[in-house]
Amino acid sequence: MTDHDHPHDPDAPEIRAEALESLLVEKGLLDPAEVDAVIARYNDRVGPLAGARVVARAWTDPDYRARLLADGTAAAEELDIRGGPGGQMEKLVVVENGPEVHNVVVCTLCSCYPWALLGLPPRWYKDPAYRSRVVREPRSVLAEFGLELDPDIRIRVRDSSAEVRYMVLPERPEGTEHLDEDALAGLVHRDAMIGVARVRDPQA
Amino acid sequence: MSTEERLQQRLAATGDAAPPMENGELLFAEPWEARAFGMAHRLCDAGCFEWDAFRDHLIAAIAAEDARRADDAPYRYYEHWLVALERTLADHGLAGDAELGARARQLAARPHGHDH
Repeated sequence: MTDHDHPHDPDAPEIRAEALESLLVEKGLLDPAEVDAVIARYNDRVGPLAGARVVARAWTDPDYRARLLADGTAAAEELDIRGGPGGQMEKLVVVENGPEVHNVVVCTLCSCYPWALLGLPPRWYKDPAYRSRVVREPRSVLAEFGLELDPDIRIRVRDSSAEVRYMVLPERPEGTEHLDEDALAGLVHRDAMIGVARVRDPQA
Repeated sequence: MSTEERLQQRLAATGDAAPPMENGELLFAEPWEARAFGMAHRLCDAGCFEWDAFRDHLIAAIAAEDARRADDAPYRYYEHWLVALERTLADHGLAGDAELGARARQLAARPHGHDH
């Protein structure tokens, strides 16, 4: 806990939380270090970072890129990223965005999502409006995300399911030739791997 | 299954009651929120309760507030999380309301500036 002044209201949530933790520690049900570990692990490890590592590797290693597009599950495993919720290995399919085709991922039935790569889905991904509209009018939905696509670019909507999870390999922005893999991974954000945004040129 | 996967699976199963997030990262407004989050996961890992039991209480707590909350009132997600955790532990006979209340009153009575 912190050393700032604590409230004197026993019903204040910070007091309730502290009381609960001290009681559980006393009963031998909880070790505060284990609670710290859960928080740290969550902050460090869960999130869109794993997907960004995959993208940065594909941008810098053409052979890896080919393997990733051929078999996403196996290529993710090469980077020690495996499994999804439940531990079972759903098939991961990685689709590449380019000057002619733009892929965007949805799960029209529920909220299937490549957790192991992208962490938890954003709230809008579960929203019925996104799930139905992105199929019917993808261009308008992408424009609402701030992504105006040239009319010549074909849009492919990829519908994830319990068996197949899609992830987008975004285009590497121009002006990033001098960046190494770690720096590139830092540019890649969640929305680009769902396909509702581009990875931006860091100089732009 | 790794711990990360278990966390993700549980949070995914929490559905509409899932915690507030920004770009896939959890948002904790205050340190006690992270403690409450960590405690629930750790106790579930240790087999103290099934995640579903906690989730049901969380959904009920959120629904109860949604029914009475003004639209512009701040949304206090982790207060519901904490209430759900207390109810789950009470259900399982692990920590009762009375002993918890007594401990909270004890802590609240500490003098100001106490370093804890």
